[in-house]
Amino acid sequence: MQIYLPIAELSVSIWLLLGLGGAVGYLSGLFGVGGGFLLTPLLIFIGVPPPVAVATSANQVVAASVSAVYAHWRKDNVDFKMGTMLLLGGLAGSSFGTYLFTVLKRIGQLDAVIALSYVIILGTIGGMMLTESIRALRAKPGTTPVVRRKRLNDHAFIRALPFKMRFRKSQLYISALMPLVLGFLVGILAAIMGVGAGFLLVPAMIYLLGMPTAIVVGTSLFQIIFVTANVTMLHAITTQTVDVTLALMLLVGSVIGAQYGVRHGARLRGEQIRGLLAALVLAVAIALAIELILPPDDQFFLEAGPR
Amino acid sequence: MKWLGFILMLLCGATEAFAQATPNAPRGPVPADAPLITDLSSHLIAITSSFTGTDLLLFGAIDEPGEVVVVVRGPTSTSVVRRKRPTLGFWLTRRSESYDNVPAYYAVASSKPLKEIAPVNLLQRLQIGTENLRFRYLGPRRPDDVAHYHQSIVRLKIRDGLYRENIGAIDFLGPKLFRTAISFPSTVPVGTYQTEVYLIRDNRIVAAQSTPLFIDKQGIEQQVYDFSRAEPAVYGLVAVLLAVFSGWLAAVVFRRG
Repeated sequence: MQIYLPIAELSVSIWLLLGLGGAVGYLSGLFGVGGGFLLTPLLIFIGVPPPVAVATSANQVVAASVSAVYAHWRKDNVDFKMGTMLLLGGLAGSSFGTYLFTVLKRIGQLDAVIALSYVIILGTIGGMMLTESIRALRAKPGTTPVVRRKRLNDHAFIRALPFKMRFRKSQLYISALMPLVLGFLVGILAAIMGVGAGFLLVPAMIYLLGMPTAIVVGTSLFQIIFVTANVTMLHAITTQTVDVTLALMLLVGSVIGAQYGVRHGARLRGEQIRGLLAALVLAVAIALAIELILPPDDQFFLEAGPR
Repeated sequence: MKWLGFILMLLCGATEAFAQATPNAPRGPVPADAPLITDLSSHLIAITSSFTGTDLLLFGAIDEPGEVVVVVRGPTSTSVVRRKRPTLGFWLTRRSESYDNVPAYYAVASSKPLKEIAPVNLLQRLQIGTENLRFRYLGPRRPDDVAHYHQSIVRLKIRDGLYRENIGAIDFLGPKLFRTAISFPSTVPVGTYQTEVYLIRDNRIVAAQSTPLFIDKQGIEQQVYDFSRAEPAVYGLVAVLLAVFSGWLAAVVFRRG
């Protein structure tokens, strides 16, 4: 059964969309991530124009994050003050990112920049996660592996930054510039890649800001909801590429898929989950890198000009 | 020459399309003994949620011997052709060329190969055949290899099923009646299309007829599309609220289950 997508202007199988949403939802439930980094490339792969894929994925991540933040919020695992600082940076960053997006689209480099951002960022993060989880899995079960994590927040330069602020929930007294800049950078990625960028935000909050692990996920989700909502709004207004029909189809699949993912995720060990997620992130990066490196079928490609 | 287009357009009640007709589209008053009469199985293609592309039937009768050529043109717009070249190990866009006057859709069907029917200058003048389409180059100067880009538009459009050449695809039922099928893929753009039928004999046009064809989104698809264009901020807000609500609903429902 086919469904016509009014903004993407193409007809796609309903089952394919439900399956895609279900698979991404399952993985996001399993790994506790938003799944935007999987959804955008998959949508492009099935023929959705890249701008529509990015904007619609951002919309989808809003739903996934709301669904996930609920549990964390009930457990009081959200640092709203830190989240707000990240968010202020994120709103500015995603607005700048959307502007960048329209400029890149105009000069014809958008597809390449989307693909390159994915390859570089997912490749780096995936590689780091994989080495760490392999090390953790190799350690004898039962004994806690002694991993000396370098916490960058102890660095003299970071301690010297002005505008110090107290974050009670995170038990931190750090410069407000840190979460603002971090939020800004992640916001740019959200606008260009259609992701919540939780896979980048979570490690940065632990190692760079020095936040306690327990409240990191909830706080990052809190920030991601508003940043991806902002990205959705801005894309709806400037690039007009948010396809509600597509988003709804994906939502239905992902909501159901996520429940199974969460259930199965509970049976796995933390290191196993991180290892699998790392492998998945790397696989996406490699697949996109191959596409950029291999010669295309046709060197020329066509785009509709400004109407 | 004898033209039928005008009357047929009035019959269709589609005078607004008349103004948008391509400059080459033949039209004018028609005498009663018209040598060419044609019509489409439908003058409106509605893009609904189940639209996967469609076929239209164009049929007609000729009163004089000759060869038949059918041309369908979509609305024209600006197109950008980009070329990827290896750059630091990656295939990245290196050059773009823009063209105006590019039909979104173009189909030609003929009873014989075009070159056997009419001289090249006639085909060029009426832009019959994909190699005779004249796109307007939008650039400060004309680089030597710009022809590559021009040809690429046609090649890419043919690959996507938006340009079609069906030589010999006009079926004659006896000496006078003919018909041909025109295919539209699911990606066909909306707008006012023009269908032209030519009767050609001895290298000249004996009769010609032009009929409009409308392709429009309908029902919920059109409402969603129009809404996204007319009220982009409200549309965005609705999209966000929809996502927030379904995310919340999922969290609440499945927490109990």
